[in-house]
Amino acid sequence: MRWRRARERLIETLIRLSGFSAIAIVMLIFVFLLKEGVALFRTVPLGEFLTGQRWYPISEPPGFGVFPLICGSLLVTIGAAMLSVPLGIASALFISEIARGWMKELLKAGIELFAAIPSVVLGFIGMTLLAPLIRQAFHVPTGLTALTGSITLAFMAMPTIVSITEDALTAVPRGYREAAMALGATRWQMMVRVLLPAAGSGIVAAVMLGIGRVIGETMAVMMVTGNAAVIPHTMLQPVRTLTATIAAEMGETVRGSDHYFALFAIGIVLFVITFVVNLIADRFLHREQR
Amino acid sequence: MKPTEAPKLIVQDLDLYYGDFQALKRIQMSIVSRQITALIGPSGCGKSTLLRCFNRMNDLIESVQMRGRILLDGQDIADPSLPLVTLRKRVGMVFQRPNPFPLSAFENIAFGLHLHALAAGRRIHAIVEQSLQAVGLWDRLKDRLHQPALRLSLEEQQRLCIARAMAIKPEVILLDEPCSTLDPIATGKIEELLYALKEHYTIVIVTHNMQQAARVSDTAGFLLLGELVEFGPTNRLFTNPRDPKTEAYITGRFG
Ligand SMILES: Nc1ncnc2c1ncn2[C@@H]1O[C@H](COP(=O)(O)OP(=O)(O)O)[C@@H](O)[C@H]1O
Ligand SMILES: [Mg+2]
Repeated sequence: MRWRRARERLIETLIRLSGFSAIAIVMLIFVFLLKEGVALFRTVPLGEFLTGQRWYPISEPPGFGVFPLICGSLLVTIGAAMLSVPLGIASALFISEIARGWMKELLKAGIELFAAIPSVVLGFIGMTLLAPLIRQAFHVPTGLTALTGSITLAFMAMPTIVSITEDALTAVPRGYREAAMALGATRWQMMVRVLLPAAGSGIVAAVMLGIGRVIGETMAVMMVTGNAAVIPHTMLQPVRTLTATIAAEMGETVRGSDHYFALFAIGIVLFVITFVVNLIADRFLHREQR
Repeated sequence: MKPTEAPKLIVQDLDLYYGDFQALKRIQMSIVSRQITALIGPSGCGKSTLLRCFNRMNDLIESVQMRGRILLDGQDIADPSLPLVTLRKRVGMVFQRPNPFPLSAFENIAFGLHLHALAAGRRIHAIVEQSLQAVGLWDRLKDRLHQPALRLSLEEQQRLCIARAMAIKPEVILLDEPCSTLDPIATGKIEELLYALKEHYTIVIVTHNMQQAARVSDTAGFLLLGELVEFGPTNRLFTNPRDPKTEAYITGRFG
């Protein structure tokens, strides 16, 4: 009896410990990121860092303006969202409301398989198949453009958006569907006027998680966007994203140099963007309950 | 007695299968206009299935196979000349569990009006008010028309669902055990409401509560294992059943 109680207490302590250590590790990472990133602002003012248009970290004098990188990230992300959100929601509607039997099972399995493709493979496909297509279709000098990145990333966001949206749709009570049909709604009206609004918060969460995946994605974008750190004016120009910059340059920096600190500062920018996205997702997820 | 009218709904030799399982067997019945017809019987006997035939809700279930005909004002409801959407506008339904949409009370009622483009602007407001008046919710809801309907009590939700069904001016209202989630007082109120509504609507109500059927209906049908054992005036059916199985059921010997 006493032995059992001791065991309970031990397990409880272990669980609590792992909970706290998870929080502690996150805090430590954040503090480290902040400390290394903020160090940059001793030499480069924050305003210049955010709005500066030159990213030439190893030129003389160096330029540490991340504005082109922010633009690159936003452009690729918005493009990917514009492709993957409507397609993803439509696919989820098809899978949950229209497809039946083996078709439904096949599609669901397909989506899961899709989610399992490593991003480097998608990047590889984007580079070898998509980029030449885009170069020829739009007659541009290089196929490695923001659009190529958007399309590739849309494929990465799709499985997340489809599967979470599908869950949200499936969770809509049958009573809502029946009520709509009994009032004489067509299937289409039922989906648009009842299902989508009823699943709304779940769908927003799906979209935000999908977008979160896109913003943080590094390998695939690095392979297909051309990595030119200039402010893009169209989707058909090469761009460079925040993530790709960190990944490409971290290996070459000297620890403690301005360049090194600048990459951490980029990390802070990414952190803030992701945090805001999560905050929005959270707002929507809990809107219903309030 | 009202002057005799042609029956609103006629069921002819209706068989219904879920896959191999026959849920309705050779159903024959006529439902009179502006009356309340009750369908009673033990759970699983096919009451809901029969009710859902009248607005073709069973079409949503893949395994369902049907034979026989149902006529609405003499017209076959399966006939392509009567589009499903029109049928469901003419034959409304209220479900066992109150199922208002997760919208405001106002939007719930306006929903069907938008679907069928029956009204716009101010007219919508007028119809919402009328429908809520008819179900006795107007005074309680007029100041919170735009609050979520899911915050209402179950009874209020069920009334709202009745109002929602009525707003599109159906001719027939089908109710599937509309009081089964309500307490006796709320049940009594809904029954009074049905009684008032029958002046304008043909009502078919499924209930497993015999007292309720006896209280509210003009005609009653007793279903058992998919067969319509007996169908006739409620008074007669409850005081002088012709079939021994009906008698056994209403005297509580099984079910
Ligand atoms: N979707 C369905 N698929 C297969 N069988 C069903 C389905 N719905 C109902 N049934 C069967 O049909 C019979 C009648 O059901 P139902 O009409 O719901 O009965 P009641 O409403 O009288 O309780 C029951 O035996 C039930 O199991
Ligand atoms: Mg039933």
